[in-house]
Amino acid sequence: MINSLFLINHSGDIFLEKHWKSVISRSVCDYFFEAKEKAVEPENVPPVLQTPHHYLISIYRDKLFFLSVIQTEVPPLFVIEFLHRVAEMFQDYFGECSEMVIKDNVVIVYELLEEMLDNGFPLATESNVLKEMIRPPTILRSVVNTLTGSSNVGETLPTGQLSTIPWRRAGVKYTNNEAYFDVIEEIDAILDKSGTTVFAEIQGVIEACVKLSGMPDLTLSFMNPRLLDDVSFHPCVRFKRWESERVLSFIPPDGNFTLMTYHVSAQNLVAIPVYVKQNISFFESGSCGRLDLTVGPKQTMGKTVEGMMITVHMPKAVLSANLTATQGTYTYDLATKVLVWDIGKLNPQKLPNLRGSLSLQSGAPKPEENPSLNIDLKIQQLAISGLKVNRLDMYGEKYKPFKGVKYVTKAGKFQVIRHDWTVFLACKGKP
Amino acid sequence: MSASSAFNDEKGGSSSVGEPEYGHDPASGGIFSSDYKRHDDLKEMLDSNKDSLKLEAMKRIVAMIARGKNASDLFPAVVKNVACKNIEVKKLVYVYLVRYAEEQQDLALLSISTFQRGLKDPNQLIRASALRVLSSIRVTIIVPIMMLAIKEAASDMSPYVRKTAAHAIPKLYSLDPEQKDQLIEVIEKLLADKTTLVAGSVVMAFEEVCPERIDLIHKNYRKLCNLLIDVEEWGQVVIINMLTRYARTQFLNPNINESLLEEGGGGEKTFYGSDDEEDEDEEDKEKKAEAAAMAKRKPYVMDPDHRLLLRNTKPLLQSRNAAVVMAVAQLYFHLAPKAEVGVIAKALVRLLRSHSEVQFVVLQNVATMTIKRRGMFEPYLKSFYIRSTDPTQIKILKLEVLTNLANETNISTILREFQTYIKSMDKDFVAATIQAIGRCATNIGEVRDTCLNGLVQLLSNRDELVVAESVVVIKKLLQMQPEKHSDIIKHMAKLTDNIQVPMARASILWLIGEYCEHVPKIAPDVLRKMAKSFTNEEDIVKLQIINLAAKLYLTNSKQTKLLTQYVLNLAKYDQNYDIRDRARFIRQLIVPTDKSGALSKYAKKLFLALKPAPVLESPFKDRDHFQLGSLSHLLNAKAGGYQELPDWPEAAPDPSVRNVEVPEWTKCSSREKRKEKKVEKPFYSDSEGESGPTESADSESDSASASESGSGSGSGSEESGSGSESEESEEGSESEEEEEEEEEKEKKKKKKELKKPVQESESEQSSEEEERKRKNKQQKSDSESESDEEEESVSESSQSEEESEDSESEAEVKQKKKTAASKPPSKPAKKENKKEKKEMSLLDLDDFEPTPSPQVTPVNTFLSSSLVTDLEGLSLTDTVLAPATIAPSSALKSFELLHRITGEGLSVEYCFSRQPFSPDPHMVAVQIQFTNSAATEAKNLHMEDAKLQSGMRVKEFPEIEVLPAGETTTVVMGIDFCDSTQAANFQLCTHTRKFFVSIQPPVGELMTPVFMTENEFKKEQGQLMGMNEITEKLTLSDKCQNEHAIVQRVTTAANLSRVPCGSDKECRFAGRTVTSGSLVLVTVATKEERAAQLTVNCEKMVIGTMLVKDILLALTQ
Repeated sequence: MINSLFLINHSGDIFLEKHWKSVISRSVCDYFFEAKEKAVEPENVPPVLQTPHHYLISIYRDKLFFLSVIQTEVPPLFVIEFLHRVAEMFQDYFGECSEMVIKDNVVIVYELLEEMLDNGFPLATESNVLKEMIRPPTILRSVVNTLTGSSNVGETLPTGQLSTIPWRRAGVKYTNNEAYFDVIEEIDAILDKSGTTVFAEIQGVIEACVKLSGMPDLTLSFMNPRLLDDVSFHPCVRFKRWESERVLSFIPPDGNFTLMTYHVSAQNLVAIPVYVKQNISFFESGSCGRLDLTVGPKQTMGKTVEGMMITVHMPKAVLSANLTATQGTYTYDLATKVLVWDIGKLNPQKLPNLRGSLSLQSGAPKPEENPSLNIDLKIQQLAISGLKVNRLDMYGEKYKPFKGVKYVTKAGKFQVIRHDWTVFLACKGKP
Repeated sequence: MSASSAFNDEKGGSSSVGEPEYGHDPASGGIFSSDYKRHDDLKEMLDSNKDSLKLEAMKRIVAMIARGKNASDLFPAVVKNVACKNIEVKKLVYVYLVRYAEEQQDLALLSISTFQRGLKDPNQLIRASALRVLSSIRVTIIVPIMMLAIKEAASDMSPYVRKTAAHAIPKLYSLDPEQKDQLIEVIEKLLADKTTLVAGSVVMAFEEVCPERIDLIHKNYRKLCNLLIDVEEWGQVVIINMLTRYARTQFLNPNINESLLEEGGGGEKTFYGSDDEEDEDEEDKEKKAEAAAMAKRKPYVMDPDHRLLLRNTKPLLQSRNAAVVMAVAQLYFHLAPKAEVGVIAKALVRLLRSHSEVQFVVLQNVATMTIKRRGMFEPYLKSFYIRSTDPTQIKILKLEVLTNLANETNISTILREFQTYIKSMDKDFVAATIQAIGRCATNIGEVRDTCLNGLVQLLSNRDELVVAESVVVIKKLLQMQPEKHSDIIKHMAKLTDNIQVPMARASILWLIGEYCEHVPKIAPDVLRKMAKSFTNEEDIVKLQIINLAAKLYLTNSKQTKLLTQYVLNLAKYDQNYDIRDRARFIRQLIVPTDKSGALSKYAKKLFLALKPAPVLESPFKDRDHFQLGSLSHLLNAKAGGYQELPDWPEAAPDPSVRNVEVPEWTKCSSREKRKEKKVEKPFYSDSEGESGPTESADSESDSASASESGSGSGSGSEESGSGSESEESEEGSESEEEEEEEEEKEKKKKKKELKKPVQESESEQSSEEEERKRKNKQQKSDSESESDEEEESVSESSQSEEESEDSESEAEVKQKKKTAASKPPSKPAKKENKKEKKEMSLLDLDDFEPTPSPQVTPVNTFLSSSLVTDLEGLSLTDTVLAPATIAPSSALKSFELLHRITGEGLSVEYCFSRQPFSPDPHMVAVQIQFTNSAATEAKNLHMEDAKLQSGMRVKEFPEIEVLPAGETTTVVMGIDFCDSTQAANFQLCTHTRKFFVSIQPPVGELMTPVFMTENEFKKEQGQLMGMNEITEKLTLSDKCQNEHAIVQRVTTAANLSRVPCGSDKECRFAGRTVTSGSLVLVTVATKEERAAQLTVNCEKMVIGTMLVKDILLALTQ
């Protein structure tokens, strides 16, 4: 399976290598660098590359490349999913996943990688299990360790590794027993110029932070579970129970985890919380253009829209923008040609507006592209799909936990596209 | 094996690469000398006595390895520390060792003995990690040692060690492929392992070592299917992929009719259709006579095992792991009937919201799927719409999918979508879009003209790339029907003035040349212009100019003769030899001279032959001959170690090979039970009880009874999760007043009831047992103890027998105890009914005993729901306790071996009588009680075919000739468990049937009491210190305060005898393990409050550890 792993930073330095089978020279990465060179953008590097003797499967995450070397047939997703799991584990252990942090904690990283794979096959990937074997670093612990000579490595086999619920460690104890659930929904939508929804759907995720002693068995039920169209679960969720009763029944892992992700389909009308009136035009002569954007609330269910931000990818010919915003601030990045308008809280009484002129490269032809707008927003205490948690029950333990549910709606991939039907096809009518 | 040899080659190569690389490294070159100095102080640190210094040194060395620096010269200094006590140092030494052992083989051998010692360590983590490192050291000399270690670990008690053994198999195989045969034996053994922990790893080993030995899977097929949902994610992927291949060899194509119908089109359809129905019939008759009648109407009958696989994998589509979802999706794509494949679409679409790498792989697979089964993804068309933020490679793949999905109905939406894409700033993507439009146009005749017109309009696009790409696509489209489009060709001819992209210019020239008769006036003019610019053109364009000239010369030599000669002359002196070649060749061909041969006569035919229109095909066409989701599929080339997906067999191989020798009772209710079990606790699976309380909570008897009750699903979660509630009710007799009354009543009943079977029972053994029970009860103080609680449940459920018919035997009563345990609703019913409705419900109970669900329903109606909840705790007690083998009870606890229903009237229970087994003192006596409740007599009861772990022995009980209906008899057999808690599996045979059963001992039953004095005890204890001593602090439960209760609980949990002791703060117990006679010493020292300390001294560490666990449980509950 996975033979070796190389961690490569943005500028192409290999700063960590780990081999699970025979050592493979790092020169194998040259094929990757070649592809990286060719791809220009790091996102465009093909995740799977074929070299004369090896296959390279890589992911790009947090400005780092995780490059694995494979020798024989293996499902590519298997490797990709694993590499992401590794990145998540770093995130979990060190709070962030960056070159700096990995270099600082190189020994722990190495120990982690050693435990996660055996002969290239995943061995322990549950953070609860790993944390029992290799304790995450804290300042306090490192002080204690130097004083007492104790180590970061557990001496016994974590119980989770053996039990059928590997995600939970044994003997969890808290003085305050709490369980928090964040229902976070993202709207993915494509609107056309007139504000008509071309495509809209809601991606939801329930992030949990459970700090409960012992072996609690939780049941979470919804007021309107039928809303959920497609779900995927953390392995702790009993699937059959969901299928028959539409409740989430699970023994939670300790700490933070993603309980489920769901999808509310386009069949249910998706409320679009804001509208954008836009007018971006370029004049044939004089190498300038005009921009006029107005944002207003549409269906916000009586909640305030916060963190409004509009990003416009301008055509290459646009040199600068001279605009005035009635609310918030705007920036125009000359290098990337990205206009960002940070609006903040949306005031329904006084609609924010951004208008002004754009100056173009002189002599350049009138830009053809119609810039699309990306919208960012946040609405607290609202799940835009209308999903509501009904109740959370705990079995198996005697204490009364503190329970909390929070709802947040965000914009996911929320785009306004200027569709313009007149280029072709329309002239002939629909077939 | 090609894979392994490649591996070895690589290995040889890479080890030599290691050193020169060091020299190449510019970073290390600069501080070369100082590096050596640092190594010296590292050596010093490693040699010191302080662990902290060693640790520091090792950390620095590991950091060097991580950066890819060479640290091999430290090998001797590091390897010395392999036996270091500090576990972190040890681990880091392991890391180092695995990295450099291959380069320093001789030195590496020094460490081997440490690992061999580690393999025998009582701590399973140490055993496992010793095996891991030992097997990771790629030194050929130790192959025999590795082999031995793997074999031993494969039968280790700890599933974790067995898992490690499974991991070690491919390592050894890659080191020495000669070991294959022996390794297959180990794989075969591990495949039979029942724990989910091992399943994934061993299948992985199977795939790497012997994927062709599909026959090894037969017996484990159903088990793997059933375990699948509980296996960890990575194992699931491997198992599903393997089972896909397996299923392709074992089952019939579920779409066989459909594919035949598709092939035999038109009027012949019905004829062919009926014909192959006959064929199908034949096959079916051969394999299943009873299905033949069905088959006549419906020729294809899916093998139940095939169905099992599909059903058990489906829930995994909801996994959070993309690889698992993909694995299930490919399984469905390759194996499911056409109508069912659709379920995977939604899950795959979900993956499109994941990381871009995941999207990349998924889209590749979706692209392949959409060619075969377009309908499946049509509802999700919009999910493939492209966003400007997508990376280009994703955009292009989405485009591919959209193109594949296009049909007459959705083409207008798709084209509209494409149209916005054309305006994208990403030029590669725009080019791909234009190609896609071209493909849509060729595939869907209705929109061809629209597309062509659209593309022609794109010719006036300002962006040259767009125009160029359009030209190329238009060229392809025009080839399909050139005569209709001479105006387009004319239009394109004009473009030659503006378009600079070579490919586009070449395309235009080719078009004009090819269809010069459609544009007779323009063509020569184009040639004229081209002749002028010939020298400045790109090679590809020059070639087309020559082509054009040649074609025009042949059709219109009058106008173009001179032009052609001019062009050919230019070409003659071109720098590019291809062009010079072409020119020379064409001149000979078209300009007839005396030297030119016969070929020139055919020049016209050669140049102006009708060329077939190109077929614009998806690059994903026919990729599905690779197993989807595989690396080979992604690369569209066979990767090393790829296993071909076999074609469906013509006729299904014998399905009976999968009939496993599982205990019959599991089989007959397995379908139902499985389902129900999953409802309750999908991830609890049967695993060996040794490793913790979570597992023992679900022993087999529990699940069997749960399925019987038929009501398990409703209260599933409460049952599984309410350990604390049950505790409460267990101890609740004092505190819960309302229940006390009830319990008292029941006690009375119980006593009454207990007497009856004793009187009636004819076997001495059982009456003896009863005697003992009663004695024990008298011993007990007034406080309510667990055993009573258990008896209670007996009485509760057995009121029926007692009141209606007294003929029920004791064994049945016990059996019902189990049944009752998982029947929460029925119990409260009884309580309420006690006063008025008693008879009725009891009658119900009795009548419907074999079919349990009806009995619950009528009873249920009498209940108030609050009562149910009140009493749920009570019922839970039993559920939790009944299966837990270590349930503390002063009475002999009996376990079910064969249930009455599965045994067809024969029920069998067993208990550990704790009597010495006279024929062989090294065996544990197991008392087995047969009850024949069937209408007919059972004959020739005996056992055979014991399947035992190595070293275990069984002394069979004497055959029982006849057991008349309604009779009970008891026999004693002996089992040598080898001081392990592995189950003994054997067949129980009657004259008609065979049942597969297994006996698993609690650890406390593996010992016999010994008597010793206080001094002896102290002396022995002194010799069993250190590693052999396990001490655990505990808090006694509030019913276990006095010495008496402690003694009683400990002796219940383990077969030990008490050792006299001077101090009243300590209780001591002693025993010896039955097989090896190792001493087991237990001390419970009580302190103030309820704190206590438990000490177990035993040279068998594993036994000790498990015993501590069991006693701890007994004392704290």
